Amino acid sequence: MSTAETRDPGLQPERTRLAWRRTTLASTVAAVLAMKTALHGGVSAVGVVACALCCVLWLAFLLLAHHRIRALAADTVPEVLAPRHATAAILCTVAMAVCGAALVF
Amino acid sequence: MIDFARNVRLWFAPEQVREEGHTPDYRFSLANERTFLAWLRTALALIGGGFAVDQFLPDLRWAWRVGLALALLGAGVLCSLRAVNHWMRCERAMRRGEDLPVSRFPALLGVVVAIVALAMVVVVLVGWEG
Repeated sequence: MSTAETRDPGLQPERTRLAWRRTTLASTVAAVLAMKTALHGGVSAVGVVACALCCVLWLAFLLLAHHRIRALAADTVPEVLAPRHATAAILCTVAMAVCGAALVF
Repeated sequence: MIDFARNVRLWFAPEQVREEGHTPDYRFSLANERTFLAWLRTALALIGGGFAVDQFLPDLRWAWRVGLALALLGAGVLCSLRAVNHWMRCERAMRRGEDLPVSRFPALLGVVVAIVALAMVVVVLVGWEG
């Protein structure tokens, strides 16, 4: 079975892959803003910890997205997104917001 | 509410989802996944907006600034939790061959964003006078 035969004319896997890329980009912007907030007004212990936490969350999201992108790039019919993955992506986002709420105060 | 609790359990137990109904065309699942990602981006934009309010409006009174930032961050959290919940509900509806679930959330979010935008207008006007 060649790729050309199985290729979906609607390019659904490609579109989904690009959607993951866009989401990663959005998460990068949010992480950069979070780090700016964390390190605003001088370097403090809390700021550095929050900054590191945001970095870790962003990396976790990046890895999740990369994993999914690789699954979608395979020649075979792609697997459905696992709820575990979706939940993990959501938890990264929520944790970043909680981190932000702590910093804003 | 009970439905929501059951859904939350399913987020962590993917094999239970597979037991229901039959697997839909993978393209429908991918479309559902893209909708989920679009909502996740909306949530990230709200969270980024919360940080931006805190960072780029330093002349604002503390209460306004923190209130707006927390409102945006809270909206982001709600939006992301709802995103995964709605994705799961759609996935299950497709497996069972039911109608897709309807949702009041887009209207709610639209109204909240409009209110925050109006608050921003007021804040900017008051801030300039002060």
